[in-house]
Amino acid sequence: MGFSIIGIVAVTVIGIICAIVLVIAAKFMSVPVDERIPAVRECLPGANCGACGFAGCNGYAEAVVNDETLPLTLCTPGGAAAAAGIAGVLGREAGESVKKVAVINCMGDCNKTKNKSDYKGIQTCTAANLLFGGPASCAYGCIGLGECAEACPENAICIVDGLARVDTRLCVGCGICSKVCPKHIITIQPVTDKVKVLCSNKDKGATVKKTCSTGCMGCGVCSKMCPESAITMTDNKPVIDYSKCTSCGTCAQKCPAKCIVVEG
Amino acid sequence: MKLLIAIILTACFVNNYVLQQFLGICPFLGVSKKVDQATGMSLAVIFVMLVATAVTWPLQMMLLNPNGLGYLQTIVFILVIASLVQLIEIFLKKYIPALHASLGVYLPLITTNCAVLGVCISNIDSEFTFVQALFNAFGSGLGFLIAMLLFAGVRQQMEDCDPPECFKGLPVTLIAASIVSLSFFGFSGVIESIFG
Repeated sequence: MGFSIIGIVAVTVIGIICAIVLVIAAKFMSVPVDERIPAVRECLPGANCGACGFAGCNGYAEAVVNDETLPLTLCTPGGAAAAAGIAGVLGREAGESVKKVAVINCMGDCNKTKNKSDYKGIQTCTAANLLFGGPASCAYGCIGLGECAEACPENAICIVDGLARVDTRLCVGCGICSKVCPKHIITIQPVTDKVKVLCSNKDKGATVKKTCSTGCMGCGVCSKMCPESAITMTDNKPVIDYSKCTSCGTCAQKCPAKCIVVEG
Repeated sequence: MKLLIAIILTACFVNNYVLQQFLGICPFLGVSKKVDQATGMSLAVIFVMLVATAVTWPLQMMLLNPNGLGYLQTIVFILVIASLVQLIEIFLKKYIPALHASLGVYLPLITTNCAVLGVCISNIDSEFTFVQALFNAFGSGLGFLIAMLLFAGVRQQMEDCDPPECFKGLPVTLIAASIVSLSFFGFSGVIESIFG
């Protein structure tokens, strides 16, 4: 009997010592949590999509409270409402929030490009891409099996003629589609960037011409004709400097492959 | 020195906690979906195993054994390890926020991890000295890391395949785990031949 009492006492004493140490530690080593962080967190939609560049909504809330210079408008799903909410909590100006949407940088639907093989395997783009880069003759373009459409939380992407299309009214710019696309041809761009190069092919002109009737051949006409010199050629493909672009549309008119478009 | 290396290699490969002794299966299945998460978790496990050994070994040898309380080993170890992990978390949050940010999420998960408890108990059962016990803890943690990384790789491959409906999810994961475990049986006897 006395034997078991010693055991009970020993465990209780050790337990109490542990508890006291923990209480003291919690008291002396507590980190004051800024109460504005949960308040900011309340303003965010809680989708934890990571479009802001931080690990989830909590990460952004913490960063925006601690960093005075960080813009309040990084939350694309929350948009202007979230920015205004954060501005209210922090007492800062919200700044202008520009809506961002996903852009599929490919125009090769099944009328413009052909398949080099007849793919019968697992119907996801990732799986198809593992097999010699997918069935499409263009190694850079959209496979069209709709992995992005499936991943989209807003159902803003649909597949038309074997090519993914984004409904910009539904798109919230979270960027999940651009992460799942095995070809990495989806970018998230502000809607104010009206001129877009909708081709991702980096091959030389002759090769491109054989695979796709609307593929960029890297001729560089757009770059030469641009009145603002906003276009540079990188990897056989034009890159637009949106800080210079005035959306005049000269490049789109001159492009022989018609792969530059002006929207809006 | 030779003995210490043998202890590390044995703990790491031959007696791998996850794949040979089947302890710590919960995080092995839970956090092995992505390689970066698996690494974070395993580093936290190595850290906690080392600290837990450093505390429980003296506790057993200096407090429990001399007073004839050896039978309290399991309950006292659980108690001490749980509070220790809490204490480490509080400490890291205050003084090393960077480390807390990378390991912090995983620390509460290993509060009562059976692999950690397993290391502490096996240190006593194998009658290791204090230094040997620390090396054993390090080797066991390293073994956990290897198992997690191997299996995270296997699982990422499995994400892209299409098993029959009845095997989807946990069943096919457990089958894969058993095959990975089988491969580790190849290590039995190797250490004895090298160092024996």
